[in-house]
Amino acid sequence: MTAPAAPAPAVPGMVTLSIEGRTVSVLPGTSILEAAKHAGILVPHYCYHPSLPVAGVCRMCLVEVEKFPKLAPACATAVGEGQVVHVHSDKAREARKGVLEFLLINHPLDCPVCDQAGECELQDYTFAEGRKDSRYLEAKRFNPMEDFGGDVLYVPNRCILCTRCVRFMDAVAHEPVLNVSERGDRAYIGRDPGADLTHEWAGNVVDLCPVGALLSKDFLNKARAWELDRTASICPGCSQGCNIMVETRDETVVRLRPRPNADVNVHFMCETGRLDYRWLDRRDRLEYPMVRDGAGLVVTDWNTAVAQAASLVRGAATVAVLASPSLGNEALFVLGDLAGSLGASRAYVLPRGDEKPLPGVKDLALRAERAANHTGAMHLGYTETETPFAGLGTGDVVIVADEHLLARQPLALPAGVTVILFGTVIPAWASHATAVALPICTFAEEEGTFTNLRGRVQRYLQAKTPPALARPSYLVIGELAAALGRPRPAPLASAVFDAMADVTPAFTGLRWAKLGLRGLPVLEPVEAGA
Amino acid sequence: MGYPHPSHPRETPVLSKYFGDPAARTLDGWRDRGGYRALQQALAMDPVDIQNVVKDSGLRGRGGAGFPTGVKWSFMKPDGKTHYLCVNGDESEPGTFKDREIMRWTPHQLVEGAAMAAYAIYAETAYIYIRGEFDEPIRRVEQAVADAYAAGILGANAMGSGKRVDVHVHKGAGAYICGEETALMNSLEGRRGNPRIKPPFPAVAGLFGKPTTINNVETVSAAPHILLNGADWYKSLSNPANPKSTGTKLFSVCGNVARPGNYEVGMGFPFKDFLYDLCGGPPAGRRFKAIIPGGSSVPILTPEECETAVMDYEGIQAAGSLLGSGGVICFDDTQDIVRQIARLARFYAHESCAQCTQCREGTAWTTKILERIRDGEGTMQDLDTLLQIADNMTGKTICVLSDSCATPVVSGLKKFRHEFEAKIRPSRSRIMIPDRASEVAA
Repeated sequence: MTAPAAPAPAVPGMVTLSIEGRTVSVLPGTSILEAAKHAGILVPHYCYHPSLPVAGVCRMCLVEVEKFPKLAPACATAVGEGQVVHVHSDKAREARKGVLEFLLINHPLDCPVCDQAGECELQDYTFAEGRKDSRYLEAKRFNPMEDFGGDVLYVPNRCILCTRCVRFMDAVAHEPVLNVSERGDRAYIGRDPGADLTHEWAGNVVDLCPVGALLSKDFLNKARAWELDRTASICPGCSQGCNIMVETRDETVVRLRPRPNADVNVHFMCETGRLDYRWLDRRDRLEYPMVRDGAGLVVTDWNTAVAQAASLVRGAATVAVLASPSLGNEALFVLGDLAGSLGASRAYVLPRGDEKPLPGVKDLALRAERAANHTGAMHLGYTETETPFAGLGTGDVVIVADEHLLARQPLALPAGVTVILFGTVIPAWASHATAVALPICTFAEEEGTFTNLRGRVQRYLQAKTPPALARPSYLVIGELAAALGRPRPAPLASAVFDAMADVTPAFTGLRWAKLGLRGLPVLEPVEAGA
Repeated sequence: MGYPHPSHPRETPVLSKYFGDPAARTLDGWRDRGGYRALQQALAMDPVDIQNVVKDSGLRGRGGAGFPTGVKWSFMKPDGKTHYLCVNGDESEPGTFKDREIMRWTPHQLVEGAAMAAYAIYAETAYIYIRGEFDEPIRRVEQAVADAYAAGILGANAMGSGKRVDVHVHKGAGAYICGEETALMNSLEGRRGNPRIKPPFPAVAGLFGKPTTINNVETVSAAPHILLNGADWYKSLSNPANPKSTGTKLFSVCGNVARPGNYEVGMGFPFKDFLYDLCGGPPAGRRFKAIIPGGSSVPILTPEECETAVMDYEGIQAAGSLLGSGGVICFDDTQDIVRQIARLARFYAHESCAQCTQCREGTAWTTKILERIRDGEGTMQDLDTLLQIADNMTGKTICVLSDSCATPVVSGLKKFRHEFEAKIRPSRSRIMIPDRASEVAA
């Protein structure tokens, strides 16, 4: 743990310092904790969170800075030119060990029944550098569990008073209903009288809580953290395009959580998006290709179903396409290409709700447009409509791509119109008129991209296997396109995306390989080699 | 004068000159005693000149930290920003009650000092934050402020100078921690009284985010006397051998002592004379066992350590403690040190604001262990644990409340370890501590 032999050349406008022997240059005013992150060093911490105001109260991030008289809180100490910082010196480790011991004296040893176990920072740091035993012989503090309203349960015995939740509700949600009540070791997180956590964004306090003090009622006792598979995805709930993790256990989605993206949702997601995942686990899915046989639909094979759909399209007086604005760009592109070759209209119906912003974060809201890809649909030549079946009549065919029209019921399909359905389920409004139904995947079962309302193209990854014969949407639509004489699209979302970017002005310059997991804005020139 | 007993001839009453004199409480009475001449004079001066006089006088903060007052004032520059003065009257340190008497008997002395200090730091507004339990002092100071406004001493045209000086009195709600300077500011702003992280220091961003100076009641009360009589006069009041501690200091004496009360002596006064001559020594037939010289937050001294010390910042430090707020707490040989330290720890555990982990958990844990030892349930290992907890609580938190809880434990264990051990060893029953003995007998 020595300073580098030769001082690194100063970077103009930057502050250069040494952290654990690594030299790092950061902007003036950066905290030591953030500078350490740049250097690839984690300073253990609880109360600090990059999206919240600094509190400096957990005292876990104390580091040794040479020439400082005392240990300094890394979260609240700005970098200085030439500083030499030790994160893992004996002094700093001893201080952290002391904090861990203090935090644990009143913390119950109920990890085996705690939802946070496995993703608990108190558990992790204690395991890494805490004491092996406890010297605390006294009775532990006890406060009963409390329902905070909304989706949040408070277990005060596990609380370490980091105040992340208090600061979130105050500085980010601008609804300061939480507080620290009482003093000393009697302190707990209190609620304003009559207030609760029904705020649209309040569920984030559960993610922010570094321990198991704030729990999601929805996820309570559902699964252990170490049993979960986590997949990067995009929330399909509205046009904001919050980056999320789809968490599954045994092919079942059990929880959605926000995934940090400074350009979209920072560290947060809303309750509407977070709790709307059960449809991904539906058991009444359309699982096999089906064709009409008299009054009902019967299971058949892909070739038969696709051939029948193609012949229906060829024999139709008019063909219309109605696509869901929550389909990925790839499916919308393949379907749009087919519609273009058929001279068919391309329409979508956009569900709407109230816009619910998170005031403390710029440009973050549960958007009024409650569909993930309505911007993408616009870019790909689809037009929004309130009356998707206007002008259709006997002998016409409408190709429906996963449109449930839940928001527009009751909506009557004109008599005599035939439906060719690409769907995850057979919607009630279309069941009597569906001639061919082809099973496709939900966004959690395939790969693809959504374009959010600011034109940002973001990838979602496959989180679980689709049921039975359901296949990725762009693939199944591509089968029909091929049967109708269009070139068969490549079988991978990446290839479909690149082909789309080649021919669609709105996606000019974008490449699948460049999107990464944080997405790229469309309509902005991408520099060569960027 | 003097209160509760007449001034001792060896005292140097400056601030306490009119303690016990009800006539000094009124505006006219205070004017008859030379009041508001200093403020009149100050308002005609350049604030820098006032700062320099106070700097020359060597006046240091009387709240406990002892920071040079003139230097603190000189941090405030005429930068066009709104400045504030906070006067800390949240006197809650156990064993300290000097500000209370200043506010009770000479509220105008405080108002004059506050107005002068505000002017000296380019502030137009001073807030006097008074401990909520100080019922009478609040009434006295509020009355004095109202009278001063009515007489044109305060307000838009203070004493006809054309300068604005406003003084507001704010009543605390009963938290020890609100005497910490940044917690006091949070409290004044209507927030929970939690200390703030420094930097930024109050001189940069204090009350309402504006440059702020905060001074103790005793400090600002001394300033008018210095301006009126000169820096050299002030320095002449104390031991010339030590130019670092000047002027007079009020000491509050309580506990097992013949004449408890407030005493004002020149800095550098011999501690032994103070204890035995001024305060009359321990109660008849007893001996001192321990002395806390500067309020409950400073290390405990043995009588031997005290008796060779002089009463100034450096003298008490040389003896192994701190001058602190000047609250002298005396324990005689009937006292159970473990019980006393456990009681002090309980105070800090009760008053911890709960922000920092070490303080929130450490103060309470320390208290539980000490009370267990006090009750005869301790183990030898507890003593090591106490010291290690104290080490983990020291120098690691936002403010020093945590350190203040650890200090009496560490110094008590160092100097009176035998009393702790006596409660742990089976032979503890042979140590006859009178007040506990009666309980045992019952």
